[in-house]
Amino acid sequence: MRRILLESLLRRPVTDAAPKLDDAELAALAARIDVAARRRLGRSLAIREVDAGSCNGCELEINALQNAVYDLERFGLRFVASPRHADVLMVTGPVTKNMRIALERTYEATPAPKWVVAVGDCAVSGGLFAGSYACVGPASAVVPVSLAIPGCPPTPTAMLKGLLTLLRS
Amino acid sequence: MTPLAALIDTDRAADPESRWPRVMVDADTWLDIAAQLGAGGWTLVGLWADGQRVHMAVADDAPRPAVAVVSLDAEDGAYPSVGRYHPAAIRLERALRDLCGLRPEGMPDPRPWLDHGAWGVNAPLAGSRGEPAPSVPEGYTFLRVDGEDLHEIPVGPVHAGVIEPGHFRFTVDGETVVRLEQRLGYTHKGLESLLAGSTLDHAARLAGRASGDSTVAWALAFAHAAEAACGVAPPPRAVWLRALMAELERMANHFGDVGGVCNDASFGILNAHCGVLRERVLRAAASCFGHRLMMDRVVPGGVAVDLEDSGIITLRGLLKEIHRRLPQIAELYDQTTSLQDRTVSTGILRPALAQRFGAGGHVGRASGRDFDTRRDLPYPPYEQLRFTVPVQTEGDVNARVWVRIREIDQCVGMIEQMLALLPDSPIRVPVDAAAGALREGMAMVESFRGDVLVWLRLDASGTVARCHLRDPSWFQWPLLEAAIEGNIVADFPICNKSFNCSYSGHDL
Repeated sequence: MRRILLESLLRRPVTDAAPKLDDAELAALAARIDVAARRRLGRSLAIREVDAGSCNGCELEINALQNAVYDLERFGLRFVASPRHADVLMVTGPVTKNMRIALERTYEATPAPKWVVAVGDCAVSGGLFAGSYACVGPASAVVPVSLAIPGCPPTPTAMLKGLLTLLRS
Repeated sequence: MTPLAALIDTDRAADPESRWPRVMVDADTWLDIAAQLGAGGWTLVGLWADGQRVHMAVADDAPRPAVAVVSLDAEDGAYPSVGRYHPAAIRLERALRDLCGLRPEGMPDPRPWLDHGAWGVNAPLAGSRGEPAPSVPEGYTFLRVDGEDLHEIPVGPVHAGVIEPGHFRFTVDGETVVRLEQRLGYTHKGLESLLAGSTLDHAARLAGRASGDSTVAWALAFAHAAEAACGVAPPPRAVWLRALMAELERMANHFGDVGGVCNDASFGILNAHCGVLRERVLRAAASCFGHRLMMDRVVPGGVAVDLEDSGIITLRGLLKEIHRRLPQIAELYDQTTSLQDRTVSTGILRPALAQRFGAGGHVGRASGRDFDTRRDLPYPPYEQLRFTVPVQTEGDVNARVWVRIREIDQCVGMIEQMLALLPDSPIRVPVDAAAGALREGMAMVESFRGDVLVWLRLDASGTVARCHLRDPSWFQWPLLEAAIEGNIVADFPICNKSFNCSYSGHDL
């Protein structure tokens, strides 16, 4: 333990620099960001992740946001265990019919002001699962979506850029 | 006990040359096999339907591991239940009834499984051929637990962490879990229905999303099945690159899980270090193959992208770092008593149960089930690689962590060998889906979680007529219910993470 701690002290941090945000990219990502709500929430956001039927690829990359390389918390962004503590819902998956009610209830349980971020091609458009008897389709068919981050799955850097648009005043 | 080969007259097989002979049987033989499974003679590796025909894949360990498929035509939409004799078949039969509309006669559990009553169709895979299935009733009845001072804790489908959705119903006595009952199916996307009617290339993309964490293994198993059905062999370099990707995937997942288990014991430092190593593997994968999870890189006929010389240098650097860091991580895990206190003797899966359910991967191998598809039902290039299959017998969380750590070490050795032996050849051959006499293919591939199975039937035009995917989780989820019994509720997350079953791979 001591050796690992000592090594960590002597080495340079593994954390990447913050991604550069480019305006055109941000404009494309943000479909509807409520500026007034952003002022009220300040520079810190609590995120609740809702898997609405993904293949778990998006979850792997969302989890990667919390590793030491991306270190999401340095931006004031953090994952919380309950929608009641959340400002943002990150929704993944093609919203299966079996998850529809759970997603609706999670949204209702989240206090306003709140935003929904659709993460990954499935949540953005239904992806490869569009048209299935078992899927509702994109997240926007069930809850209002403010930001769409496409990709299969989106890289952690792409997600980080998207989430930072929510904080940018 | 009858060996599998004696019961199945391979002369009658659809293709006697196939690695996986399939024969039609009558109801009596079907029941004999079910009884053999129940008696523990053989292992069930799959149970699915194609139209009105039920297929069952069975493995026999002696004299050497072999797998065969038996098929039975359902009469009036019913077939004799296997779950009645062999509990590992029960969830498969419940799902088969939900999806294909075929009734398992004599099955002890009449409840639906994947169908929650929200699809708007009954038996979506039955098409117009099946009898209309009875509609799913509102609500769901959990098994009754009687006793003084018991109470229930419902958890999910939306969980506290960033994980997949599923419902857990705990019945507890104080802090102790008396029973856990799972309810799954929340991530059912209708994957097998989307596969039907797809071209091979599109179907490969779909199969690669059965469970995102095992996308390479799924795409590989699908490619094997498609190549068997069409009678083509992938070029040598592609074979080696596929295995290289599969081992990178295994390593990345094991790092994630070792860190995750430690994190669930509030030992964050190991999660941080494992997380960085996982990230290194994913970045190396992205730089070598153009995708962090290597999705859609394994395709029928070969691989989609070649490994450049610069990639070989990247991978050698990665291996060097892991070689140096893994012993440190193992040592810290082993010598932290507060962590050991949480993992040793927690969530014990008895070896007999692991054997009975044919649990694959780290779940089986931490409970003494010495089985690995790469060694026991080998596919190229693994017969040319030196590796060992780590096995432990304690069956607790600690054993599952150790199996993973030791497997990472094996992955490093295998990738080193592959980089040295990588042959030169094209990386892809065309697959003519409309050619080939057999039109049917099956494959089993070792994912990080255990053996995945793909069965594929093509129609005359070369599109997928039916494709079945069976994730290792089918035989691991029920064992988690058994392993948690008698543990405290607070130890469920660590037990669950040590299994790390796939919701999506199971629900499809």
